[in-house]
Amino acid sequence: MVSHPKVILAVAAVALVTGCKSPDIYYWGHYENLVYISYTRPDKATPELQARTMEEDVQKAAAADKPLPPGFHAHLGDEYYQMGRYDLAVLEFQKEKELFPESAVFMDRLIATASKR
Amino acid sequence: MSARIFNLGMLVLALALAGCATKKACDYSVFRAHPPRSIVVLAPLNESTDVKGAYSYLSTVTRPLAEMGYYVFPVAEVDELMKENGLPTAYEMQQAPLDKIGQIIGADSVLYVTLRQYGSKYEIISSVTTVTADAKLVDVKTGLTLWEGSTTAQQGSGDSGGGIIGALITAAASQIVNSTTDPAHQVSSMVNYQLFTPKDGGLLPGPYYPNDKKQ
Repeated sequence: MVSHPKVILAVAAVALVTGCKSPDIYYWGHYENLVYISYTRPDKATPELQARTMEEDVQKAAAADKPLPPGFHAHLGDEYYQMGRYDLAVLEFQKEKELFPESAVFMDRLIATASKR
Repeated sequence: MSARIFNLGMLVLALALAGCATKKACDYSVFRAHPPRSIVVLAPLNESTDVKGAYSYLSTVTRPLAEMGYYVFPVAEVDELMKENGLPTAYEMQQAPLDKIGQIIGADSVLYVTLRQYGSKYEIISSVTTVTADAKLVDVKTGLTLWEGSTTAQQGSGDSGGGIIGALITAAASQIVNSTTDPAHQVSSMVNYQLFTPKDGGLLPGPYYPNDKKQ
C-alpha cells in the first residue's frame, strides 16, 4: 500500500514539524510574511493591504483563541499611521503596550508622534 | 527516481535532526544573572553576496525569539526608527551606543547578527541553499554578552525547491512561504530555530514562555 519513499518522507515530515518545537504560543498569521514582502516587493505590500490582511489575522486569532505575537499591534499601528489613520494607529500602539509592557518606551514614542498629527 | 526521493527524504530528516542537535556546551551564568524580558533585533551585517539577505533574514527572526518567551520589538518599525535617526546601514545601527538604544527603544537586550552565507548554489539536477548566521545577545545595561551562537542550515533540492520536499520544508519553516520564490528565505527561518530554540545551546526561556513547556 505505502511505498518506502513515502514512509521516509512521512517520518521526515513529522520530525521536521514536531521534532524541535511544541505548539506555538502565538497566532502568527501574516505578520512576518508582510514584513518580508514589504522589503522585497514593496508594491505588493501597501499599508492598506497590510492593514486589511492583519485585521483578518486579528479575527482568526480570536477564533483560534490564541494571542497575537509581540510586534503585531505595533506593525498594524504603523500601517494605519502610513494610511493617515492616526486615531487607529494610537489604539494599536496602546494595545501593544497593554499586552507587552516591555514595549512602553517605544510605544510611547510612537503614540506621541501619531498624536501630534 | 524512487531512490532519489528516498535520498531527499533522508536529507530532510537529517536537517530535522540537526535542528535538535547539541552544538556546544553553553555557560549560562551571565544570562541567568541578567535575564532580559525584551530583545531588539538590529538589521544584520550581510557578508553574503545577496543584498536581499539582510531583510529576508530580519523577517524570520521574530517568531523563534518570541516563541522562546521574549518580547521582540517590531523589526520593521525599529529599522525605520534607526534610519530616521541617522543610521542608514546595518553597520551603523550595530555601532549605536547601548545607552541610546536603552533610552530610545527601552530594550533590555540587543541581538546582533552577522549573515556569513545566504543563497543557493545551483548544480545540474539539484540546488543547495545555505544560510549561516552568527548571533550575539548583549545586555543593554551592562554591555555583557549574555549568549552567543553560530549555525548553518542547508536545504537541498532535486527540483529547485518545489514539489513535495519544498512543501515539507515550507510547512516546517513556519508557513512563511507562498509569496516567496527565494529558498534561502525559508532556510533563514530554519537557521533561527536551530540557533535559538535548542534546549542545550539555545536561549534560556524568557518571561512569556509557558511553564508547562519548560519540562
